[in-house]
Amino acid sequence: MTDVPHVPVARRLLANRMFLATCVVCTGLAVCVLAVLIVSIMMDGVHRLSPDFIANFASRKPDQAGIRAPLVGSIWVCTICALTALPVGVGTAIYLEEFAKRGRLTEFIRINISNLSGVPSIVYGIIGLTAFSRFFGWRAGAEPIELGSPDSLLYLRLPFGSSVLAGGLTLALVVLPIVIVASQEAIRAVPNSLRQGALALGSTRWQMVSRLTLPASLPMVMTGAILAMSRAIGEAAPILVLGAPLMVLETPANLMSEFTVLPMQIFNWAGRAKASFQEIAAAAIIVQLAVLMSFNALAILVRQRLQTPLQ
Amino acid sequence: MQTNPATASVIAPGAAEPLSIRAAGFDGYYGSFQALKGVSLDIPRNQVTAFIGPSGCGKSTFLRWMNRMNDTIASARASGKLTLDGEDILARSVDVVDLRRRVGMVFQRPNPFPKSIFDNVAFGPRLHWRHSRADLEDLVEQSLRSAALWNEVKDRLHASALGLSGGQQQRLCIARAIAGGPEVLLMDEPCSALDPKSTASVEELIRQLRTAYTIVIVTHNMQQASRISDRTAFFFEGSLIEAGQTETLFTNPKSKQTEDYVTGRFG
Repeated sequence: MTDVPHVPVARRLLANRMFLATCVVCTGLAVCVLAVLIVSIMMDGVHRLSPDFIANFASRKPDQAGIRAPLVGSIWVCTICALTALPVGVGTAIYLEEFAKRGRLTEFIRINISNLSGVPSIVYGIIGLTAFSRFFGWRAGAEPIELGSPDSLLYLRLPFGSSVLAGGLTLALVVLPIVIVASQEAIRAVPNSLRQGALALGSTRWQMVSRLTLPASLPMVMTGAILAMSRAIGEAAPILVLGAPLMVLETPANLMSEFTVLPMQIFNWAGRAKASFQEIAAAAIIVQLAVLMSFNALAILVRQRLQTPLQ
Repeated sequence: MQTNPATASVIAPGAAEPLSIRAAGFDGYYGSFQALKGVSLDIPRNQVTAFIGPSGCGKSTFLRWMNRMNDTIASARASGKLTLDGEDILARSVDVVDLRRRVGMVFQRPNPFPKSIFDNVAFGPRLHWRHSRADLEDLVEQSLRSAALWNEVKDRLHASALGLSGGQQQRLCIARAIAGGPEVLLMDEPCSALDPKSTASVEELIRQLRTAYTIVIVTHNMQQASRISDRTAFFFEGSLIEAGQTETLFTNPKSKQTEDYVTGRFG
């Protein structure tokens, strides 16, 4: 072994230092970009933030314009999105990971779900428009069928048109692959030895899932779910395709109300020539970022809360 | 030993039979690979039966057929006869959920659930019965006492099971396995991930448990087999070479292969 030439120590240390330096530069770049973004937005918009800005509806006069309708609209849409995408997504993940027999078909489904998370959201917008807004052209040109009174919270109109329900369901399509993939990874992270232990005690598959694997994977599932929601709240393109109106002067009263969302409002204002509209766009972006960051903070909090008792 | 009134009613009929598990001409396969070849073996009630043999000889596979854990492996098949108290274990009609309650299992690596000590032990009973809280507390205490763990954990029943040492975790897994009121305990190298001190405590426990349970233990450690078992079965390349009283098998084996193995000449 003495004949084998040594790799010089000095060179190894140099390579180590160079790699470290590269990593530091990369991290620094990412932080810089974010800092520049936040600082420039703050400089443009922070003086526009006020209780009135949150409470007022949109207006042609930038000084009186506010984000009440898009903010409330975003909350409605995201709630609908969460209530539909989470059960369906987590259910799909449970089926694929715990019940489905491994085979070509399930492998095909698995791969395609991963592929779906790469599909541009505007495509989902088109699907949503076709499926939820127009019911594939069903009763095109005719008056929509109304169920219940327009004053009631449970009022429904078929097809859904450009309603807040259609928007929420469309966003659910956008985030469904994310929820499924994140939940699958969470469920897969539960060691197989625990499954064996549960089965060996006489659990049925469902008992094993409901009492062991789902609780054990819940922190990761919740994190994935909240990150999916922060994706949903930032989407403008699919809502745009649905034909949400640009100027909304009321907050949704039921699932069939028309609506707009924060990214749409930002898109609208940022496209105007007047500088004061640019400023209120920046202010809306600050609100949007605040909402996003509270979602992320919530994700971290939930993960910690759920994990601590087990460590 | 079955002092708990909640579990007393579910002891299978025929408990007086001296024989617990019987295999006759039992073949086990993974796909086209035959892992077990014509195994015929009687496992007597309330005794410790040890399976020994080199890695890959089929002893764990055989163990995992006794509670049908091999059902979770898609390519696993079996033929021949395998009975528990005279009932066919392999029959399609067998309710594996109930079979696994009657035939508990302890794995090679301790696998406590990420739950409290109490919830770990109560996991099995909660699957099968609706105990009152008081009954459940009794049952958990009894199971932990039977597993010689009660004194160490009685003050922290609601702390995470993951905070226990390896040996304590394995005894917790044994408590968990007996809480469901099984007749048979299968142990798949239960000490191989433990240090010598924990091993000694688990072995001591196994010796105590044999009065209440039929125990089948797979082990790589021949000293362990000779220390704790009443009967020993030696497997080699999927066949049962020899089975009998542990003392006889170790001191006066009939087969040359057994002798070579137990004296450490191969394996």
